Amino acid sequence: MQIEAAICAFCGCLCDDIVLTIESDRIVQAKNACALGKAWYTAHSRPPDLPAARVDGKSVEVEEAIEAAAILLTKARYPILYGLSSTSCEAQRHAVALAEALGGCIDCCTSVCHGPSGMAVQGFGEPTCTLGEVKNRADLVIYWGSNPAESHPRHMSRYAVTSKGRLTPNGRKNRTVVLVDVRSTPSSRFADLLLTVRPGIDFEILWALRALVLGRKVEPAGLAETGITLAQLTHLAELMKNCRYGVLFAGQGLTQSAGNQMNLSAAILLVRDLNQFTKFAIIPMRGHGNVTGVDQVLTWQTGYPFGVNFSRGYPRFNPGEFTMVDVLRRKEADAVLSVASDPAASLPAEAVQRLTEVPLIAIDTHESETTRLARVSFMASTVGIRASGTAYRMDNVPLFLKQALTSIYPSDEEILGRLLERVRELKA
Amino acid sequence: MIRILNGEVYDPINGIAGEVRNLYICDGRISSQDAGGRTIDAAGMVVMPGGVDMHCHIAGPKVNTARKLRPEDHRAHEIAKTPLSRSGTFGSVPTTFATGYRYAMMGYTTAFDAAIPPLAARHAHEELNDTPVIDKGFFLLMGNNEFIMERIAAGEKEEVRHFAAWLLQAAKGYAIKLVNPGGVELWKSRSNAHTLDDEVTGFQITPRQIIQSLAEVSEELSLPHPVHIHCNNLGIAGNWETTLETMKALEGRRGHLTHIQFHSYGGNPGESFSSKAAEMAEYVNAHPNLSVDVGQVMFGDTTSLTGDGPLGYMLHQVTGCKWVNVDIENEAGCGITPIEYKEKNSIHATQWAIGLEWFLLVQDPWRVVLTTDHPNGASFTLYPRIIRLLMDREYRKEMMRNVNQKALAQTTLPDLEREYTLNEIAIITRAGPARLLGLQDKGHLGVGACGDVTIYEKNADWEKMFAAPRYVIKDGQVLIEDGHLRGETYGRTFYVSPAYDPAIEGKIRKFFDDYYTVRYENYPVQLEHYLPRPEAIPCRV
Ligand code: SF4
Ligand SMILES: [Zn+2]
Repeated sequence: MQIEAAICAFCGCLCDDIVLTIESDRIVQAKNACALGKAWYTAHSRPPDLPAARVDGKSVEVEEAIEAAAILLTKARYPILYGLSSTSCEAQRHAVALAEALGGCIDCCTSVCHGPSGMAVQGFGEPTCTLGEVKNRADLVIYWGSNPAESHPRHMSRYAVTSKGRLTPNGRKNRTVVLVDVRSTPSSRFADLLLTVRPGIDFEILWALRALVLGRKVEPAGLAETGITLAQLTHLAELMKNCRYGVLFAGQGLTQSAGNQMNLSAAILLVRDLNQFTKFAIIPMRGHGNVTGVDQVLTWQTGYPFGVNFSRGYPRFNPGEFTMVDVLRRKEADAVLSVASDPAASLPAEAVQRLTEVPLIAIDTHESETTRLARVSFMASTVGIRASGTAYRMDNVPLFLKQALTSIYPSDEEILGRLLERVRELKA
Repeated sequence: MIRILNGEVYDPINGIAGEVRNLYICDGRISSQDAGGRTIDAAGMVVMPGGVDMHCHIAGPKVNTARKLRPEDHRAHEIAKTPLSRSGTFGSVPTTFATGYRYAMMGYTTAFDAAIPPLAARHAHEELNDTPVIDKGFFLLMGNNEFIMERIAAGEKEEVRHFAAWLLQAAKGYAIKLVNPGGVELWKSRSNAHTLDDEVTGFQITPRQIIQSLAEVSEELSLPHPVHIHCNNLGIAGNWETTLETMKALEGRRGHLTHIQFHSYGGNPGESFSSKAAEMAEYVNAHPNLSVDVGQVMFGDTTSLTGDGPLGYMLHQVTGCKWVNVDIENEAGCGITPIEYKEKNSIHATQWAIGLEWFLLVQDPWRVVLTTDHPNGASFTLYPRIIRLLMDREYRKEMMRNVNQKALAQTTLPDLEREYTLNEIAIITRAGPARLLGLQDKGHLGVGACGDVTIYEKNADWEKMFAAPRYVIKDGQVLIEDGHLRGETYGRTFYVSPAYDPAIEGKIRKFFDDYYTVRYENYPVQLEHYLPRPEAIPCRV
């Protein structure tokens, strides 16, 4: 059997042109997918090899694990829900309701990847566009602190570099591509202009660029530490001012290096300034399949995109206070529910330490350090493969991911829905 | 089953203006039979159909981005969870749950979001599904759709019609919406449309052609609501000429001109700013094919969020506040910026006065609707205050004393003595918008209508009366009683499903292959999944 126009949910590109070949409930081919996408399809179409639910390492009925998880969570005084970037919006909606019912915190991977982008947006706004406008209009594309060839392998071909559109009928020939990074990467060879900058100096460069764009004087000495010359930067400023439609893709090299939120603020202000001269947009290179969707769901339900606390019965937002790493590091959280994420493998050591000290519940599509560490763990069907649901592309375009194979495990949506129901009963 | 006894009933569609009557609701609908059930003694109270908001921004990408943009606006405006209801935050752009509850607490049971880009229709439906109590739907942005512009340029009128029908079906939208027709497309190359006859670069067509062809399509498809137009040049001094041109361009076809207040300015940009409401209202009075909603400005802090990208930029230039712009591939745009309307600011005072002039100068209340273009002019929660301004001349005069006097003196507002009656309020807040939307079961209390009833305790202060109805009944269920939520329900989503010739699909598919980044197959909204309580409103030929 073949499925046309399937959607790969591995990375924020959400490529929706995948042709799946299915044989005896397995995906044997994922045409058009990149290597990462192919690996994702293969890994997630494996037949189930683990029990659907475990409590203290022992296989149990899902119902029993729901009960155990509900009791652990309702007993806690300061539980936190975390993750949610690789699941559906439908599951995320239940997760926010659950955090509210528990009076706990909810946070997503945003707080450890593009949280600074979100905060910069709250400060200054965001001139942006959907990826189709990049395809149709952009004649200048800048990747800053990003290595799309490895992180989002089809980003350049589908959207930003070789893609052809209304004002870019010749694709690559119609575009100038600039890469700004601290080292050369597999993406470097796609660039017309490569600027290798010293680590931790992005803010200074962006600020100098703003000055140049606005026609102010920049002292060459001020750039001494940056690794690039005034001539190089002046050239870039001219390219930016003189393009027809420019796009700056902001990668984690900007958000997760010195200055993080300030880097993004500078980038946004630079793009805002450029709109005095031409059209210019900024798009954060959101990573995981549906990390953009968590922002959306949390925002429409609470008003805030991540790091939300419900202990007063209503949502409050404070990055650094209600965000996962901080709540763990300060040893405030006394129970953790991780959904579609592997905090035990990805967070800083002090935070992970706390995960070993408190009741940990994990819902994921595969075994991970977090599921192994968890007191209660659930195996869930992968959205887009064995379950359906909504995901938002990195540019906030919502797509419906259809189930391709039979579901054997319940979905995140189902598990969270049942957990929510049980928690509400226990709390009543 | 509910019996509402001895209330003073205002049901303008059925010609009832304040008669003392009994009402019965059976199986969620108004019935002629008294089938028993809970009895509400409404003696001395005012009974009206549930309110209908025909133009607000409550769901979808720009509303949610505005929420995300303004944490400072939510803080200290929280609502806590209760055993029956979810928590949320308020401010100028409330969260979905907060939105639904607040509409209900104000006696409104229906609201339409006025500007959804088709590419984000799924997002709008997701949010509407998290918006409790009210029935809802949305208008679909088509005034800068590149497929439509190409077909107009090619002179293929029929194809424009088939495509519009396909798009409404694909997005599960309700009506055709134009926002700065042609201008949003031009903004993608940092330009704008300033007259109806400016050329839309790359398409060799004009805003006039877009307006005319989509007004025609709306009629030919017999959509329940006519074309809904946000004119070119919103907010710009002297824009009244463009607005009048737009009205004339309709050539007698039905058309709804939205937030007309923002389009009624005389003067010259950067030099002078004045009201042209009187002249324009006269034109509307003389042309029964036209209807308007006001988009009243109220003083205070709010958020401007619009599908009109160049307008967003202009406001950002004026205020210097944070600014969001989103260009949406092949079809739309978006601009967001915080804004504060100040009483002493001469432009803001003029805008406030113009809105009131419109209410007071349009003679036929069936063709003027109460809106604030929430949250652009003000929050929908200020509707009760606007009602008081319309019903209570003394209060209006008192409020007039607070605003910039020079600006006020240049409008006709100080000379307007009219006071709205309760019956007229019932028209501009429910009967009129329901009729303009083509919703047969809404906005009235005749047999078979939806059992949406709002019961107000009389109060000499009209604002207080309309802000806190004693009972709000939705589909025959008492949901609000004495200002408290008594139950949580989720309303229906209205959409239309006009027929089209499937031969158009091949052309649309080709267009998607060339210009979109989503596949044709992945674009249409899955009805079963995204509309849990769908209601298709028929297109009557
Ligand atoms: S680029 Fe991302 S979404 Fe596209 S196929 Fe590769 S992993 Fe999947
Ligand atoms: Zn509007």
